[in-house]
Amino acid sequence: MTDTLHDTSAVQQPGLAQRVLSGSGRVIRKLGDEPLGMAGFIILALLILVAIFAPVIAPYDPVRQVLSDALQPPSLAHLAGTDEFGRDIFSRLVYGTRITIQTVLSVSVIVGPIGLIIGVVAGFFGGRTDAFLMRATDIVLSFPSLILALAFAAALGAGLGTAIIAISLTAWPPIARLARAEALVVRNADYVAAARLYGASPLRILFFYIAPMCIPSVIVRLTLNMAGIILTAASLGFLGLGAQPPLPEWGAMISSGRKFMLDYWWVAVMPGIAILLTSLAFNIAGDTLRDLLDPRHARS
Amino acid sequence: MPDRDMQPVLSVRNLNVRFGRNAIAAVSEASFDVGRERIGIVGESGSGKSTTGRAIMRLLPAKASITAERLDFNGEPLLAKSEKEMGRLRGKDLALIMQDPRYSLNPVLTIGKQIAESAKLHLGLKGRDALTHARHMLERVRIKDPERVLKLYPHQISGGMGQRVMIAMMLIAKPKLVIADEPTSALDVSVRKDVLMLLDELVRENNSGLILISHDIRMVAAFCERILVMYSGRIVETLTSLDDARHPYTRGLIAAMPDPRHPVSRLKVLDRASIEAEIAR
Amino acid sequence: MIKVENLDVVYGVNETRNHVVRSVSFEVGHGETLGIVGESGCGKSTLLRSLAGLEGGWTGSVHFNGKPVGKARNREELKLAQMVFQDPYGSLHPRHRIGTALAEPIRAMGTGDGWSQVSKALQQVGLPAHFASRFPHELSGGQRQRVAIARALILSPPILLLDEPTSALDVSIQAEVLNLLADQREERNLTYVLVSHDLSVIAHMCDRVLVMQNGIFVDELTKADLRAGTTHADYSRELFEASFL
Repeated sequence: MTDTLHDTSAVQQPGLAQRVLSGSGRVIRKLGDEPLGMAGFIILALLILVAIFAPVIAPYDPVRQVLSDALQPPSLAHLAGTDEFGRDIFSRLVYGTRITIQTVLSVSVIVGPIGLIIGVVAGFFGGRTDAFLMRATDIVLSFPSLILALAFAAALGAGLGTAIIAISLTAWPPIARLARAEALVVRNADYVAAARLYGASPLRILFFYIAPMCIPSVIVRLTLNMAGIILTAASLGFLGLGAQPPLPEWGAMISSGRKFMLDYWWVAVMPGIAILLTSLAFNIAGDTLRDLLDPRHARS
Repeated sequence: MPDRDMQPVLSVRNLNVRFGRNAIAAVSEASFDVGRERIGIVGESGSGKSTTGRAIMRLLPAKASITAERLDFNGEPLLAKSEKEMGRLRGKDLALIMQDPRYSLNPVLTIGKQIAESAKLHLGLKGRDALTHARHMLERVRIKDPERVLKLYPHQISGGMGQRVMIAMMLIAKPKLVIADEPTSALDVSVRKDVLMLLDELVRENNSGLILISHDIRMVAAFCERILVMYSGRIVETLTSLDDARHPYTRGLIAAMPDPRHPVSRLKVLDRASIEAEIAR
Repeated sequence: MIKVENLDVVYGVNETRNHVVRSVSFEVGHGETLGIVGESGCGKSTLLRSLAGLEGGWTGSVHFNGKPVGKARNREELKLAQMVFQDPYGSLHPRHRIGTALAEPIRAMGTGDGWSQVSKALQQVGLPAHFASRFPHELSGGQRQRVAIARALILSPPILLLDEPTSALDVSIQAEVLNLLADQREERNLTYVLVSHDLSVIAHMCDRVLVMQNGIFVDELTKADLRAGTTHADYSRELFEASFL
């Protein structure tokens, strides 16, 4: 110990990679104690793998129509049956994960930073800034999200891109409120007072002191929101305002399958199961993430 | 029974508490008796003093394993009791006073209702009588304006007032053993003395036993007849007066406290190596 | 070193008006340690935070080193006085490593990257250099308080404001931290203002003690007074008796 004590060159700023590694190692170890959460994360990991390797996994082309094979029940040749155009539903589901993951990630990447910045700025600066930002948030929050998304999709024209923008527009207010609540607590902490005493600028305090404390709960909230995003995206697809045919979007697949629901159940049920499993996995994963990242919710 | 007063209220032999399966013991081989007297448990944070108190109350989380050769309260083994029986015992015969009473009172009921509830439960009083008794009890613990305090909620009262309310509720239940876990450390110095005096009165009046758990060795020495000194889960020494302290930990603890009547330029710090050596011996 | 004249702190208006500190004046000499003792809510912490520049609602005048300082401080003025807080768990950022926490003051001041001074700062407060890569939750309360002291000292301020620096610590740890503070005072010729509810800590550390009640000073005690147990006001007598049962 005495050696290191006088070794002035021993202290250096740790690299980013090292910091990320030691942080995630701890989380993964804790995850071992939560079998249900583990299952959620495994499903999500599988989903991402499926999206990446879709061309390898899917036995058929998702958009090729073989009218002679239309509406076949599930069999070894067609694991989830075929739809009214003879397209293999399993292959369509596999390709559909790409659309789902794309939607979820795009929305989260747009909504997370926007919500975080608006919330943290409102909470930290307070006063008029806070009042203005929070009233704006309240206005957006007062619209039912699906209706607003519908209006945007209708105004900008149907398509996957507009669906993503429409969902993003309605998904940031809860994140902003959460980040603001966290920032309100953190800004009164002694370490922020100490930072003010050694001359840290407001921006430095905001991004280096307050925002890092709000990020874990924002990530948790985002993960929990992903289930809702999937459902909203599927609803938009179902109503014909999301991804357009022949893209294998799960909601649109249910919509087209609904016409044959009674005689050919698999056409609507198979994408339904996919939506159910995915949103459930996001929910469980979000719950577990909250237990891991947020000590206030820790189970005793 | 003639020997009722001679028999200790609480008798503990080789009490061990562990958290988790392979963890180190939070309390190990603790043995002591409590008669109708005031004994103090002194130690620093992590010494196992609070864990000992909670183990006696059986208020530790489920992952804690408590084993003891004997843990008898009033001649009955506490470890054999069901959770329901313990529930009946707590608050009636066994009482716990915590550091900040405002957290142990129900936040949505007024002080008056809570004391009246205690009077209903233990004295069989009803409605108006219970409330009148509650006011009487507040006067008993020297609260100046009982009518007003009866209508207050726990968050509206000060820490010292909260401790008085806790003591008032205990005066009704007449517990045989009171465990006070740092009852004064959240209080201002001038209130501390009053609360200790009240606690003393309560204990003497009901002829009950008291375990005072604190980090403040001087306060415990002034207040208690016997002092148990705990260090890393073990009782290292039992004292009747601080002058008798032999163990290097106890002596180190006393020397580490600043005393304006005997000013020193540097305070003595604990020599942990010699303490470990003494314990190993 | 410090000169305070007619300092008032008032919170709220009309019915909720709360006059926390009532027109207090005092001076602290160079290298002197002034103690302020009082019970919770007497205004001692508010007074200290006003001196530090953390409270905006005060009126009166404060001089550090002969120069007047206001509510908003520039970097030079901030360098004159730093503060150590009561709660060692709340005063270090939970997601900043110890090294980051110690380098921050210099980086925030814009006078360097700060990392070169971290191991020296740790060593001065008796901690090994490898602690720099740890997080606060990996340290004990006493170790955190040492880090907090190191952080306050890293800008070499001539004045250190101490808000109950040891009241969250065990007695044996308290002794270590008080010794550290005494050593640093000697080494760097620092001026301390120490606020505490614990008269014995105050008496050990301070050359002079002001007793505060309801926002005003009711008594002033010298080291000799404390040793002899002499007091000049009823309240300080009461406090004295209650402190040493």
